[in-house]
Amino acid sequence: MRFGVVRFPGSCDDIDAVQAAERVGEAVLLGHRERDLHDVDAVIVPGGFSYGDYLRAGAIARFAPVMDAVGQFASDGGLVLGICNGFQVLCEAGLLPGALLPNVSLRFVCRHVSLEVVDAGSAFTSACATRERLSIPVKHTTGRYYSPAPVRVLLRYAAGENPNGSQDDIAGVCNEEGNVFGLMPHPEHAVDPLTGSSDGLRIFESIRASVADASPAVRAR
Amino acid sequence: MRVRVLVRPKQGILDPQGQAVERALPALGFSGVTNVHIGRLIELDVEDPNELPEMCERLLANPLIEDYEIVAAR
Repeated sequence: MRFGVVRFPGSCDDIDAVQAAERVGEAVLLGHRERDLHDVDAVIVPGGFSYGDYLRAGAIARFAPVMDAVGQFASDGGLVLGICNGFQVLCEAGLLPGALLPNVSLRFVCRHVSLEVVDAGSAFTSACATRERLSIPVKHTTGRYYSPAPVRVLLRYAAGENPNGSQDDIAGVCNEEGNVFGLMPHPEHAVDPLTGSSDGLRIFESIRASVADASPAVRAR
Repeated sequence: MRVRVLVRPKQGILDPQGQAVERALPALGFSGVTNVHIGRLIELDVEDPNELPEMCERLLANPLIEDYEIVAAR
């Protein structure tokens, strides 16, 4: 399968996302002015500081031409993964419910956190077991998830691990249809034991398995 | 027309910046300060002020977490 990794001015985790995706398939970069997703099977909106995080994190990126294509891809049922700044962009774009607020501590946090898989029945977590723990790093200043309405939670920070004051310890949520997922932790930074954990690979493996189930042609690639 | 858009966190949403400032003021000897909230001031010249609410809803504020107020600037 082929992943497309969006690159905005100010994205900085795009290459890590490409390299993580390449552990389970192929990956190509998609520029912010692209209007065509080049037949990718899944889209990753990576972390960083798109457009300098001016106004609000993710507020400007959602108007990039490539986001029209990503929105269309999502409404056609394509799998879209937003990591950190990508999560903020997807919330601002209305592809995911809720919003990300400044950490309660007002500080940048950068450390491995323990996550609990709340729901392994999704396209993004099928390679995990429900209630399984994953060790994946966070690194953000604006990661406090808030939603006034109930949401489908796929990942939570384990008890005592919430790094940002996120509502109900929410670390990652998906849309009602289950094909758009956003999370603050960085699975693309946890794909090799050399850097502390390879638990993040499970997210990429889940996506590959879901795409293969949906399309025999992809399985053959 | 010159206008100011004031954007503030919605009531009920924790505002750690406001809290930090509220705690800092007594340290400088200013007592009796409560309910500090920190938002954003956006100044702009607009040809058609009727478009302002939509600008606020779609970009200048995030209505889920922020309230906005449009004021004429001199």
